[in-house]
Amino acid sequence: MYNFDVETPGTVADAVAAMGRDEAQALGGGQTLIPTLKQRLASPSVLVSLSRVAEMKGVCTGDDGRLCVGGATTHATVAREATQYPALAAMASHIGDPAVRNRGTIGGSLANNDPSACYPAAVLGSGATIVTNTREIAADDYFQGMFSTALEEGELITEVRFPIPEVANYQKFVQPASRFALVGVFVAKFADGVRVAVTGASEDGVFRWSEAEAALSSEFSASAVGGLAVSGDGMISDLHGTGAYRAHLVGVMTKRAVEAAA
Amino acid sequence: MPKDGGIGASSKRREDVRFLTGAGNYTDDINIHGQAHVAFLRSDIAHGTINSVDTSAAQGMPGVVKIFTGADFEAVGGMPCGWQVTDKHGQPMQEPRHPILAHGKVRHVGEPIAAVVADTLEQARDAAEAIVLDIDELPAVVDMKAAVANNDVKVHDDLTSNLCYDWGFVEENKAATDEAFEKAAHVTTLELVNNRLVANPMEPRVAVGDYARGTDESTLYTTSQNPHVIRLLMGAFVLGIPEHKLRVVAPDVGGGFGTKIFHYQEEAFCTFAAKACNRAVKWTSSRSEAFMSDAHGRDHVTKIELALDGDNNFTAVRTETYANMGAYLSTFAPSIPTWLHGTLMAGNYKTPLIYVNVKAVFTNTVPVDAYRGAGRPEATFQLERVIDKAARELGVDPVELRRQNFITEFPYATPVAVEYDTGDYHATMDKVLELSDRDGFAARRAESEAKGKLRGFGINCFIEACGIAPSNLVGQLGARAGLYESATVRVNATGGLVVMTGSHSHGQGHETAFPQVIADMIGIDESMIEVVHGDTANTPMGMGTYGSRSIAVGGSAMVRATEKIIAKAKKIASHLLEASESDIELKDGAFSVAGTDKSVAWGDVTLAAYVPHNYPLEDIEPGLEETAFYDPSNFTYPAGAYTCEVEVDPATGEVTIERFASADDFGNVVNPMIVEGQVHGGIAQGIGQALLENCSYDENGQLLSASYMDYAMPRADNLPAMDHYVVDHSCQTPCTHNPLGVKGCGEAGAIGSPPTVINAIIDALQSGGHKVDHLDMPATPARVWAAMNT
Ligand SMILES: Cc1cc2nc3c(=O)[nH]c(=O)nc-3n(C[C@H](O)[C@H](O)[C@H](O)COP(=O)(O)OP(=O)(O)OC[C@H]3O[C@@H](n4cnc5c(N)ncnc54)[C@H](O)[C@@H]3O)c2cc1C
Repeated sequence: MYNFDVETPGTVADAVAAMGRDEAQALGGGQTLIPTLKQRLASPSVLVSLSRVAEMKGVCTGDDGRLCVGGATTHATVAREATQYPALAAMASHIGDPAVRNRGTIGGSLANNDPSACYPAAVLGSGATIVTNTREIAADDYFQGMFSTALEEGELITEVRFPIPEVANYQKFVQPASRFALVGVFVAKFADGVRVAVTGASEDGVFRWSEAEAALSSEFSASAVGGLAVSGDGMISDLHGTGAYRAHLVGVMTKRAVEAAA
Repeated sequence: MPKDGGIGASSKRREDVRFLTGAGNYTDDINIHGQAHVAFLRSDIAHGTINSVDTSAAQGMPGVVKIFTGADFEAVGGMPCGWQVTDKHGQPMQEPRHPILAHGKVRHVGEPIAAVVADTLEQARDAAEAIVLDIDELPAVVDMKAAVANNDVKVHDDLTSNLCYDWGFVEENKAATDEAFEKAAHVTTLELVNNRLVANPMEPRVAVGDYARGTDESTLYTTSQNPHVIRLLMGAFVLGIPEHKLRVVAPDVGGGFGTKIFHYQEEAFCTFAAKACNRAVKWTSSRSEAFMSDAHGRDHVTKIELALDGDNNFTAVRTETYANMGAYLSTFAPSIPTWLHGTLMAGNYKTPLIYVNVKAVFTNTVPVDAYRGAGRPEATFQLERVIDKAARELGVDPVELRRQNFITEFPYATPVAVEYDTGDYHATMDKVLELSDRDGFAARRAESEAKGKLRGFGINCFIEACGIAPSNLVGQLGARAGLYESATVRVNATGGLVVMTGSHSHGQGHETAFPQVIADMIGIDESMIEVVHGDTANTPMGMGTYGSRSIAVGGSAMVRATEKIIAKAKKIASHLLEASESDIELKDGAFSVAGTDKSVAWGDVTLAAYVPHNYPLEDIEPGLEETAFYDPSNFTYPAGAYTCEVEVDPATGEVTIERFASADDFGNVVNPMIVEGQVHGGIAQGIGQALLENCSYDENGQLLSASYMDYAMPRADNLPAMDHYVVDHSCQTPCTHNPLGVKGCGEAGAIGSPPTVINAIIDALQSGGHKVDHLDMPATPARVWAAMNT
């Protein structure tokens, strides 16, 4: 690691102020950032730790019935406390291992937008809203490709608001080494339609599978998506699977998610 | 009745108390007053010409003590290779110089180019980043067949080619073998890859060099399986330090699996730099460095052919293997695909003619050497896969085809130069079929199919040559070292004793198992016996631990030393009891005169040895300490039969191991619990190779699987539940040539399991109508799915 200062603000306002320092970077659970620092691949001069910002932590239900998760809430907390949204809690309970879940946060995961991460699928699949210190961003506008988001320099994710679907399910087919998603599919059925978000597969990061959404919106059953397939073009091809294999898994995992949700 | 002590008892591992409570003393726990730290600047390209290494900016940086480059090591030796293989034309292998720091060229990603010694590790890393490299990148040699076929790009310019050797074994049998193939009623051919692995011991490598100016003595603390071997290689061949001025200590070592046998540049560097800087110098490998600097394992590409007569008897085996050496020869690399692989190609079968050809190839990759099983897993995998394929082609039961060809009479001289002393392959086969409930398989398959899954049953047999080995034999085969083992037994005045062994424990449990043997021999409690190992200053010259040799060779040395102790103690006892020595019996820790009630306790005899007031000083010396060196007359030949049941999800290609059973013949067993742990662990590693682990390079020689994000290690949930993960060692044909009748158990699991798993997967796929007759490891979901869908 290179040398850096650490700030530990107690409020969002102080955190935002600290982010104003030269080459400041937010520190969530550090599960992505600390290994990056250890490998000397990043050199922030100040780390602004969010773990003591009480107003960014915890799970609650908003007045509009949405589930509100503070931006610095750990995966373990969501797994334990998001009982109104079981599919989300289950998704969080399968991220990494206990050490990762006890440190890693929703804000860190979304800010990082790893193409194989689980949260992006849940957030996009739920049509959630990302709340920052300056604005609210719809999930559909937030994810902008691998490791790329709508966040501005220094902008902090303070909360994520999830509308609660009638039924939902996340199916994760793990990459054997990292156990991130080789392909993960989040299916959520709302009164006004079905959303299907896919992670792990595309070179453009998390995406919505609109054909499947249309088919499932008219009939929510595994057979409704039985004949559908995504193309292997533009899918990630690596040591762990070709684009064609990932494309195939998108179909399988979608069916399984629908079966598990229905 | 389970015993509660001595040979055959499952004594709890006493060393685990310190390992599990954080009281171990690993090399990284050793910190010497005033020590400096080293950071290595490693190549990030696979192949290139070094034009310059400019350290000027780094020199003056904070904390920098000294910066070293390849030029600083021109006067010292290169890393030595401990085994010379002679090729099929009688010529010695090509042996390139292996510098401590790259000089002239870099030849693999991870090769150290420069080293910065500084007050702190971070300062050393800062300065290493300030070193400016000017390297012209060259095309990389990665594919072995291309490396041999095409001489345009050579890993070593001063060698004639990328071929280290082209070995034929047994060359005199080649013509007869070829003829047998012409006459064969059936020939089965299989081309396969034995995947490259990274050993990944939990503790990464560490080296701390220390130098005492006052006495001109060097000490190296290192994560080694064989400190004496390091002392000999580094002292004699690299740094020119005589043994009496060099001490090598390998304290608690957190796993080795072979990769900590070898002498590494970092060890020589820290020892050298400690003297040059007059300060202790420490290096602790990061996990990232481990991936690109620990010797890798396996990496063979093989074509095997099996000839059978009209009655399905094996008549000949012929193989051609490309074995990756990596960019340089690691310490024992040349011996692995030859003497630890070719000699095993008979397996458990009475095939009369065998010809093995091995081409060892230099590539721009990390050096490859022994990894748990070393050569024997590669031999077993090809043989057992081709037999399975033959059974399928011939439409016969794979169990019966094996049984029909089993060797049944011992001793048995194979056509590949070894003689099996004992074995009973039908017994282990019977046992494993019983343990695995093969009869119930059809019902279980039906259950799986009802869930939409395919289910397969895999069978596998194996033989290994362990307890390596007779020095005179390995000497003929090219070893540049002996392979005996040593022990000193030092009895204290009050009756407790210490065994100083040349074997080394890096997780095997020697501190528990070795005392069990002596406790039985003398009839005293195990707790009176302590094991000391791992320090050249207080153990006799030993060859260390690998090749499942500790109990077979090191244990035998300990038995011999203890026999000497007992013989002397009997003399003392006969004096104390005023009886004839031939009448003295030792039982339950007391010496008695046969046929009388006269006896003297062990403790009284040991006290007399050190307080020799009433003592036969005219006949024997005081004291009770004896040393023995034991050099075995043959390898030992553990063997076994394994079965595996897998489920395959046809929708995803995912394979789960539902059941695994092993029936091993290890000869006599000292501590069943430890043996079972070794087999469980070995099978886990074998399952790792079969399903998960894959060290992969791209065509530019970049390591694609350079961290746990991409290199998949087996985890508990990749293994079957314990009630279906059965290991058995009740079939015992004791070794005929060592005093304990033991064969060694450390590698069996890793040797026997990979083909078992793949055979099971093929069986599952075939049951689903997929015409897949082979799958290369690891059988990842992606590969299995692709095989089903082409
Ligand atoms: C072994 C292991 C296994 C894992 N497995 C999985 C898995 O299966 N699925 C999965 O989805 N993930 C997995 N992860 C990733 C894990 O979920 C991380 O916790 C997550 O990606 C990053 O969250 P963090 O809180 O640790 O963020 P950090 O590492 O602290 O930060 C990551 C990035 O986000 C920024 N950041 C952090 N918080 C905020 C915020 N509130 N607002 C704006 N920017 C912010 C940081 O500046 C940094 O750029 C795994 C990680 C590890 C180490």
